[in-house]
Amino acid sequence: MTPLDKVEGRAIPFGLKNVDTDVIIPAHWLKTTTREGMGRGAFESLRADPDNLFDSADFKGAPILIAGDNFGCGSSREHAAWALGDLGIRVVIAPSYSDIFSGNAVKNGILPVVLPQSAIDRLMEVAATDPVFVDLEHQTVTTQFQDRFSFEIDPFRKMCLLEGLDEISLTEKSDAAIGAYEKALDADRPWMRPAA
Amino acid sequence: MTRPRTLYEKIWDAHVVEQRPDATCLIFIDRHLVHEVTSPQAFAGLRATGRTVRRPDLTLAVPDHNVPTTARLDAAGGRLPIADAESAAQLAALEKNAPEFGIRYIDAVAPEQGIVHVVGPEQGFSLPGTTIVCGDSHTACHGGIGALAFGIGTSEVEHVLATQTLLLQPSKTMEVRVEGEVGPGVSAKDIILHITGVIGAAGGTGHVIEYTGSAIRALSVEGRLTVSNMAIEGGARAGLIAPDETTFAYIKGRPYAPKGADWDAAVAYWKSLATDPGATYDKTVVIDAADIAPSVTWGTSPEDVVPITGIVPDPASFADPSKQAAAAKSLAYMGLEPGTRMQDVPVENIFIGSCTNSRIEDLRAAAAVIKGRHKADNVKWAIVVPGSGLVKAQAEAEGLDRIFTDAGLEWREPGCSACLAMNPDKVPAGERCASTSNRNFVGRQGPGARTHLVSPAMAAAAAVTGKLTDVRELMA
Ligand code: SF4
Repeated sequence: MTPLDKVEGRAIPFGLKNVDTDVIIPAHWLKTTTREGMGRGAFESLRADPDNLFDSADFKGAPILIAGDNFGCGSSREHAAWALGDLGIRVVIAPSYSDIFSGNAVKNGILPVVLPQSAIDRLMEVAATDPVFVDLEHQTVTTQFQDRFSFEIDPFRKMCLLEGLDEISLTEKSDAAIGAYEKALDADRPWMRPAA
Repeated sequence: MTRPRTLYEKIWDAHVVEQRPDATCLIFIDRHLVHEVTSPQAFAGLRATGRTVRRPDLTLAVPDHNVPTTARLDAAGGRLPIADAESAAQLAALEKNAPEFGIRYIDAVAPEQGIVHVVGPEQGFSLPGTTIVCGDSHTACHGGIGALAFGIGTSEVEHVLATQTLLLQPSKTMEVRVEGEVGPGVSAKDIILHITGVIGAAGGTGHVIEYTGSAIRALSVEGRLTVSNMAIEGGARAGLIAPDETTFAYIKGRPYAPKGADWDAAVAYWKSLATDPGATYDKTVVIDAADIAPSVTWGTSPEDVVPITGIVPDPASFADPSKQAAAAKSLAYMGLEPGTRMQDVPVENIFIGSCTNSRIEDLRAAAAVIKGRHKADNVKWAIVVPGSGLVKAQAEAEGLDRIFTDAGLEWREPGCSACLAMNPDKVPAGERCASTSNRNFVGRQGPGARTHLVSPAMAAAAAVTGKLTDVRELMA
């Protein structure tokens, strides 16, 4: 996974609330057996409009997306994160996310920044014409107009993103603990194993 | 004395393998359900890194999303080919990956095949007090039997396959208490639609919802699975209903369920899981069951719920400006005018199925309404899709299939079908569907399709009249 620290550039002032995963990547794009090339399907229904934000001269390839409340709600499909990543997005800024989406985003090297609506409103304004700066190490979003918004992030997620860590390798370090749990479970609640 | 704990906290505590310095925990996963859509990239990941499946015995794979619901075998018992190349590739990948990694596999033509969330409880693979994951957000369904069950993404599928654990942060707890008795014609689906309307599509974000109260306890296991299925539509990670005698009676004797002395030990353990007196939730919402009417959605978010006796709302009636804008957009997509009576909205398509409403009780409820009647002429397409081969066989033994086909509805093979536009069952653009599924999102049932979420009895009523209908008017 590509490590992520500072991301700066144009931010797509999208701003919609309750953007669900069917909007981010329609279901027919789920019929793949690989992860690549999904960006072509990202926001497909919106991009059917030739004047859409995502393909405009200003925002094509922009690394940051600004959205409204409850971004990524709906299905658990990780394809949504793959599609955003393939579109070139490294950071999403929104007041809230669906739990599954924010987990999927981090696992795919995308930073979900949570900021209050007032900050989103201001960033939407700036993003229309100017770049936005995101600094994960210092947990800030800034603009060239002296705006400075701090955000919270779970320290583990932060470390994974900063170092580009793969979660499975990390968990494999706990192999002994998992083995001990399994042994204790078999002793305490042997019926937990499927009977057949 | 230990601190009083909720059902959620007890299940969580029993599954902590390790706690990280922050609140994150490595959580053991008791059951992993796998289907063809969200698994190919996970298996590819294992292969690329030379990893194996840690606990194949705790993993069960079954194809459901992509399988066509038309006949799968020809007259001679040979397999019919799947027309869509991408669907065929995903199904073939699962068929190859399951034996290669040694996991339990129910084939597309096996009698037990069905929607993963119907199959899990039906096989006794899903048990109370277990942690269950699946690469599908409606995994919350299994909360209906008291399992902590939630949807995961493909990276997590790979993580669980490799380690049988997940790194998770504890959720907040929310109690949704439904007290009292529901009126006639009001089903579990109406209860959860009503709840979603009350708490909103983001009302449960960050929480696990425990559904409590006399109206929930009175539900069958099928009904509880319907309620918990849609926990995610209220934004929650998972839903839970405390296991009780109803649950135990449902599970007993199922193929993977504990047997003999194990059964008694299991029941004793499950009984200990109920939320302790004095335990507190982070949030509680109380709903009077008497307020719940047969319900229907008007928009493109599952929170857009009104009683069937209601009208299409005016976007200006919402306080929140962004909800006003969303409602106006929804109405444009849905082709509806504010003020229209819901009962005057014609429907051309009927879908009875999905992991929300495709169990035997759902089919019985729909059949009871449609029996001796016929679908309206303006209804072009009406399909009934049982949730599994076993549900299908049971329904056929009860003669339900004949009731549907005599009424002009199609009787299909089990699968996800028109719940999502991935397989050949789609609703045409611009047309409406009275659907027993769980999502009315834009394009969910096909590009441009307009979905109205309803209960099975309400879908059957709409089939008969050709418009959204108060099922109570068709009940004797
Ligand atoms: S029926 Fe629908 S919601 Fe249920 S598992 Fe299938 S696609 Fe998902």
